[in-house]
Amino acid sequence: MEFIKKNNFSRRNFLKTSMLASGGLLVGFNLLSACKADAVMPVDIESLNFNDFNAFIKISDEGYVTLFSPNPEIGQGVKTSMPMIIAEELDVDWNKVNVVQGALDTKHFTRQVAGGSQSIRFGWDALRQTGATTKQMLINAAATKWNVDPTTCKASKGIITNANGDTFGYGEVVKEAAVLEVPENVTLKETKDFTIIGQEIVNVDIDKIITGKPLFGLDYKAEGMMYASVLRPPAFGQKLDSFDDTKTKAVNGVTEVIKFGDKIAVLASSTWAAMKGKKALSAKWKKGTNLESTEDHDKILTKILDGNTFDTRREDGNIKKAFANADKVIERTYHSPFLPHNCLEPMNFYAEVTAEKVHLVGPIQTPQWTVNRVSKLLDRKVEEIHCEMTRMGGGFGRRLYGDFALEAAKISSLSKKPIQVIFSREDDMTAGTYRPAIKYRIKAALKDGKVTGYHLKEAAIDQNMYGSQTHFFPAGCIPNFKLDTANHKSNITTGAWRAPYTNFLAFAEQSFFDEIASELNVDKLQLRIDLLQNVKGTTDKTIEYSGKRMEDAINLVKEKANWGKTTEGVYQGFAAYYSHNTHVAEIADIILKDGFPVIKKVTAAVDCGIVVNPTGARNQVEGGVLDGIGHAMYADFSFKNGKPNHKNFDTYRMIRMQETPKVDVHFVQNEKSPTGLGEPGLPPAGAAVANAINAAIGKRMFSQPFVNELKKKTVLG
Amino acid sequence: MPNYTLHINGKERSVTADTDTPLLWVLRDELNLVGTKFGCGIAQCGACTVHIDGVATRSCQMQVSILDDVKITTIEGLSDDGKHPIQEAWKEIDVPQCGYCQAGQIMTAAAFLEENKNPSEEEIREAMHGNICRCASYNRIEKAVKVAARKMS
Repeated sequence: MEFIKKNNFSRRNFLKTSMLASGGLLVGFNLLSACKADAVMPVDIESLNFNDFNAFIKISDEGYVTLFSPNPEIGQGVKTSMPMIIAEELDVDWNKVNVVQGALDTKHFTRQVAGGSQSIRFGWDALRQTGATTKQMLINAAATKWNVDPTTCKASKGIITNANGDTFGYGEVVKEAAVLEVPENVTLKETKDFTIIGQEIVNVDIDKIITGKPLFGLDYKAEGMMYASVLRPPAFGQKLDSFDDTKTKAVNGVTEVIKFGDKIAVLASSTWAAMKGKKALSAKWKKGTNLESTEDHDKILTKILDGNTFDTRREDGNIKKAFANADKVIERTYHSPFLPHNCLEPMNFYAEVTAEKVHLVGPIQTPQWTVNRVSKLLDRKVEEIHCEMTRMGGGFGRRLYGDFALEAAKISSLSKKPIQVIFSREDDMTAGTYRPAIKYRIKAALKDGKVTGYHLKEAAIDQNMYGSQTHFFPAGCIPNFKLDTANHKSNITTGAWRAPYTNFLAFAEQSFFDEIASELNVDKLQLRIDLLQNVKGTTDKTIEYSGKRMEDAINLVKEKANWGKTTEGVYQGFAAYYSHNTHVAEIADIILKDGFPVIKKVTAAVDCGIVVNPTGARNQVEGGVLDGIGHAMYADFSFKNGKPNHKNFDTYRMIRMQETPKVDVHFVQNEKSPTGLGEPGLPPAGAAVANAINAAIGKRMFSQPFVNELKKKTVLG
Repeated sequence: MPNYTLHINGKERSVTADTDTPLLWVLRDELNLVGTKFGCGIAQCGACTVHIDGVATRSCQMQVSILDDVKITTIEGLSDDGKHPIQEAWKEIDVPQCGYCQAGQIMTAAAFLEENKNPSEEEIREAMHGNICRCASYNRIEKAVKVAARKMS
């Protein structure tokens, strides 16, 4: 992972060039996989073939560069940062670069996925290779025109210069470049020579955002489009018994009421009419499966933790022996609620299903998967389905699940009209794909001032932690270690929520280590550093985090936050966590106001390798920290008889400006390949705050949201 | 359905809508002014904020039938060229992440700074408290309002 100049791409396979009918050079390339040997390049910009290539660079005769960016933009900034990487190696003036996404209606429209904070990590090498190869091709073309050796030419800011000082702009050699062989073995820049990477580049969509231009799914309109509002079962486990739509049909603008499965769609000529029509429906519901309650889940998950029906996911040493020989054993249980995503743009999707084609447009993190599912749902060939992505008003994992796109496709297919499904906020919050409720029980064996044994049990609704998460810190740091997981299947839909599992696991573990440090009477931050020494130089291939990089991040945050040296009345809490290939350490500063903790500041130190776009990178970490704090402090979501306890922001509390601390972000400086930032800032935030609360008032937080815990502890007076 | 004449962004616009239709949906569905966003529908998130006679107002709660005598400004009409000091400040600070709530944030900030030319940090935080940013770009919103205040003074 730590290569800078590794040339592991076969450029012939992943990159092709062609001359455009409209003039200019088109370079098509594949970010994540080599394209097919017979991949065809379009000669017309209107027919970009995203099936064979998933990203394109166009260089016009005038030297302007257009990058057709393929990755979904959900607010994580890749629409800016990914093109920056290409532009760096291509060596063009950023002011001459235009980034285009969406609004491409091609026969085989497929794109990448946004999720797991992996766009930059996976794209880094391919994007640099593409830029550098294209630059070399342009240099070769100029050298041919001059009849000189290409190695005597160089290029910078879109201008090629030879030894005599003659120059060509990129635009002047695009015709020649288009017919040349794609060069092999191009040299990538040294990091010290970067002129775009590392610069503060403002979000490429900023002008559209601040002037209210159409960008998002809900802004999409099409000729003859009807708005669809859908009534779904109000409780998980319920089914539709019967309904009466007399009053709905009397609403001005309502054109049609369509039952599909256990849902009823109201079609209208305006969103308001569709929503009013839905409210006017009178539906009777019957019990289908269990109507589940959080109270029952609590009992079930606790029973799982008390029992012995786990899958062991990692085991080192002998924990039985470690606990038998311990001076002291600490055991704690941590509880998290379900969480809705609450993207501010409610779920929505446009579909037009006709005999010839299926046209889908909207905010989706997984276009390819959605196309495949629509293909099955409507029994249509994948080739007949186009899916266009819009900018997304937040994702956080919710837009991985294309349920809303499937609904749109179904309704359009039944009504034979182009329609846009629009969730109300209530629909969005109550028909969610929630972060599952989870409980962790963690036990540690302490002996001679050290942590000698560690046993973590996870009891979760539906699914368990996955991939390398079972090998994150403290795996590899404690000689006797066991990690067990078990789950309970529920009919409440659950799924990924920003930093899946680690969003709560980090809170549980980092709160637990804070308590261990108190027990051992050692500095809380130093305990983590001491433990990390044990993983340095490990030969265990399952361990992907780095003891050294985590230690560097911890030392940086220690310095920047003045750990242990704050003024009177300021209480600090520390947490560090590795996730999504990025190491993050955070310190929260709180004060007490009328006995209630007020978070004043969070200092974050992040090792994500090379920082491609510092302003975008800081923005992700600032947002991640505040999002983590907001949900840890306030997010209260539960079910009773299958029904969620909140439907809208009047009762469901989201963090707002007056509750936000200042977030001070620092990056560990190194030349390692960049890793993701959409998620890793979030997981440590809750624990840093919980540990600061404990420092202030001597109370440990074991459940989220903390406000409920704080009320129980009567610190509110 | 009745017909209404609205004064929006310096122009008279004629619309046909049910009396109880919120301004939000008239703007978005009838007039194609989609910069004003739908977030919650109950005046809790601020994404739909517009100016009514200069006052920041939740357009999801304003029925079209009572708006004939007022001047409505939406994000599209805040400036002719996207260069209102607040828009400039938003760009300078690189505020947005997903960007969905930002039109509402900008409209709230614009009305606030008209009333209070030299706000304190506490006043800014209070004024902006009603607007949810799900990406939590709050630090930057706060900073951008400060920068805009300087530009406007």
